[in-house]
Amino acid sequence: MNKFVMDIREPTESVKLTRRHALGIGATLAGGALLIGCSPSAIGKMMGVGAKHDFGAFGPFIKVTSDGFVTVMSKHIEFGQGNHAGLAAIAAEEMDADWTKVRVEQSIANASVYANTSFGMQGTGGSSAISNSWMQLRNAGAAARAMFVQAAATTWGVPAKDITVKDGVVRYVAGGKEATFGELVPVAAKVTPPQKPILKDPKNFSLIGSDRVRRKDSAAKSSGTARFTQDVHLPNMLTAMVAHSPKFGSSVASFDASAAKQIAGVVDVFQIPSGVAVVAENTWAARKGRDALVVKWDDSKAEKRSSDEMRAEWTALAAGKAPSDSKLKWLAFQTKGEAAQTTSGTPAVDTTYDFPFLAHAPMEPMNCVAIVDGNSAKLIHGSQIPTLDQLNTAKIVGNLPGAIEVETLFAGGSFGRRANFQSDYVTECVHIAKHVGKGRPVKLVWTREDDMTGGYYRPLVHHAVRVTLDKDGYPATWRHRIVGPSLNKGSPLGSGGLDPSLVEGAKDSPYLKATPVVDGQAISPDINMPILWWRSVGATHTAFVMEHTIDQLAKKAGKDPVDYRRTLYKKAGAERHLAVLNLAAEKAGWGAPATAGFTRGIAVHESFGSVVAQVAEVKLVNGEPRVGRVVTAIDCGTAISPNQIAAQMEGGTCFGLSAALFGQITLKGGEVQQHNFDAYRVLRHNEAPHVETYIVASSNPPSGVGEPGTPVISAAVANALLAMGQPMTTSLPFVKT
Amino acid sequence: MTTMLNINGKDMPVQAAPDTPLLWVLRDELGLTGSKYGCGIAQCGACTVLADGQPIRSCSTPILALASAKITTIESLGGEHPLQVAWVKNDVPQCGYCQSGQLMSASALLAQTPKPTDEQIDAAMSGNICRCGTYQRIHAAIKEASGQAPVAAPPVAAKV
Repeated sequence: MNKFVMDIREPTESVKLTRRHALGIGATLAGGALLIGCSPSAIGKMMGVGAKHDFGAFGPFIKVTSDGFVTVMSKHIEFGQGNHAGLAAIAAEEMDADWTKVRVEQSIANASVYANTSFGMQGTGGSSAISNSWMQLRNAGAAARAMFVQAAATTWGVPAKDITVKDGVVRYVAGGKEATFGELVPVAAKVTPPQKPILKDPKNFSLIGSDRVRRKDSAAKSSGTARFTQDVHLPNMLTAMVAHSPKFGSSVASFDASAAKQIAGVVDVFQIPSGVAVVAENTWAARKGRDALVVKWDDSKAEKRSSDEMRAEWTALAAGKAPSDSKLKWLAFQTKGEAAQTTSGTPAVDTTYDFPFLAHAPMEPMNCVAIVDGNSAKLIHGSQIPTLDQLNTAKIVGNLPGAIEVETLFAGGSFGRRANFQSDYVTECVHIAKHVGKGRPVKLVWTREDDMTGGYYRPLVHHAVRVTLDKDGYPATWRHRIVGPSLNKGSPLGSGGLDPSLVEGAKDSPYLKATPVVDGQAISPDINMPILWWRSVGATHTAFVMEHTIDQLAKKAGKDPVDYRRTLYKKAGAERHLAVLNLAAEKAGWGAPATAGFTRGIAVHESFGSVVAQVAEVKLVNGEPRVGRVVTAIDCGTAISPNQIAAQMEGGTCFGLSAALFGQITLKGGEVQQHNFDAYRVLRHNEAPHVETYIVASSNPPSGVGEPGTPVISAAVANALLAMGQPMTTSLPFVKT
Repeated sequence: MTTMLNINGKDMPVQAAPDTPLLWVLRDELGLTGSKYGCGIAQCGACTVLADGQPIRSCSTPILALASAKITTIESLGGEHPLQVAWVKNDVPQCGYCQSGQLMSASALLAQTPKPTDEQIDAAMSGNICRCGTYQRIHAAIKEASGQAPVAAPPVAAKV
């Protein structure tokens, strides 16, 4: 069993996290399989210490007020995924609440009650917000409903079994009595909650799965009134910027703050672990002060390689070169049959694929507000993993993690960036606020350049694939090598063993299941820069490799790409893949002519428990692929909010397409070459596809939606280019300049 | 030193240095935080406001260049603007951070071109980045707000 070691008498003791493969998808944190392996009560003991909160009569997830409004507390951050609407709908369904009188509120940080049930900490990631909350919120809603029913039964002196609830109104029809939740609150709040509330038969869901489940925040986000970290202004607040080294792993050798201190509005300049901080009365003064700083960096421990050098190293490793470090080992992720057979015979495909570093580049650059007064600390920001932010902050200020207050705001996107073990920009802000001290609020603002050059990228990855076909044209042997740094290295997950996120999507592919002889291995070279999960994580490259390889194999075998996949899915018993494939092909009119001037490509991939198929219509405009219609079919289990599932397919497709077409961070001499959106091109309005979404009816529990829409489009585009007669695509992005 | 700006129909004296970009005056000095910082170099459009009806990037326009301009920000749209109604109806926003800038670009477009074509929408909106990828719904909402049917079927989510 894994251990979560934290002596609450020693608040500076580090936390040990360990990996647990067995949990698979359910245990992923933005894809990296992890878990704090301890009982909820142990987490509660640790994280609950110092935390004081009265959750009220209906528990930590539901509040009902006398005006009849139901407030569902979201333990998850909302940074675009639409999860707040979905979470509220789950509770509201079981409560039979009036959806127009349901609100969503962001919960406080308290892992003793708000831990993500799939990874033990309070946090959002791995497309798990809905899936991990499913039973939790159904139970909370059903318990609250039962309390209102009992309250009415007691008040009216009638049997509870004869009472009905609809849209927040409780009725005893035979006696002509009715009361709203609001009217019954005083009595219901005194009812003992049932230990095992009776849940609805999903056949009777009326809200879940309907088009009524829409976002609750659209008005605030369409009027400039939604509150982000960037918008926080507190009395006496200082704004901070930090000068960071252009190279990763450098430290401050010396700095001259004399010019910076001359800037009007600059209050102080001082060194912190991550660089030199300038604190000022406002953002522009902080910016000018930082620009005036002169810092000399000690680069002796810095990463100095270029990304081209790394790519050459990765390529050489995959081609058989012995690792320079004897500790580096190839680790098998899937083997079947005799490995030697995978290097014999005539290959139908024998190729390599290269993927660059990618920045998340959310619209709101990293930022944080911290208030430190002695040992007490409060954070106000878009906290993706509040538990980690509490732990990392507690170490700096010397307090119990549970005593660190976190107010989580909307965040302007994340795509994985805000979830990291170091709480990098959060701790930077805490160090500054600690230096300022006396409870004076500090807002740390990263510029776009800080954000884009600040690391935590999707790592540079290389694949080598060699496949032979049997007499019928289907894979007989499959040799697969994956080279990419481990996301676990340097993290509490430890650096030993295979990083599951490096091989996910290849390892569990139905194509490998359908292939008799497989030799799949991976290796993780060291890299001295921060890397991180990036929306859909391993699937960002494995989906492309598997799906583009399959289309090339189909072409070699002289078979239609959809028929070819059907046969392989049947061989592998991949029924959900088959269902989304057929649905997408049917809705796209596969086999009939595409929109004039366009060529179709298809791809299918499973990630985060959901399977997505896409048919993309592609044409070349000035040599660049341009995507028009994209037909998407998804199996995500029970669909809570079809509208928001569609929104995530639209957005996820744009995110994946943006990276596939244009995305790449390159390094020269260890320094990032792209500093802003002028050099890091992203998808714009005129380049956006039109995505149609079709949802496979399913009674399975809900699975991921935020990420599975991202990884498929790159291969669908490459496959359309192949169908157009273009050469195979062996590296991304498609547009190199 | 005081600079007089006209913002959302009101004359407002501001104290910031004349080289300060309008965005930071709006946000830090005047508390109008609807306009967002996204890039600082007029690449992303999150800071878009109107000056005399024309969309400008407030992150890279110093206030000294705006002394005689009538500046309009997201706060002036009032919440019931046809674009805002269409935005909510279509559930356009995801993270929401870029949407103020999107709406200001769209409002300038509709003020000048009440029934824009798809190509005109593309041209007017290509300066505003959305990393969540809400472009399709933005496009549909502009069509709807301008009294035109969307170019193709609206986002489809069908149980099958």
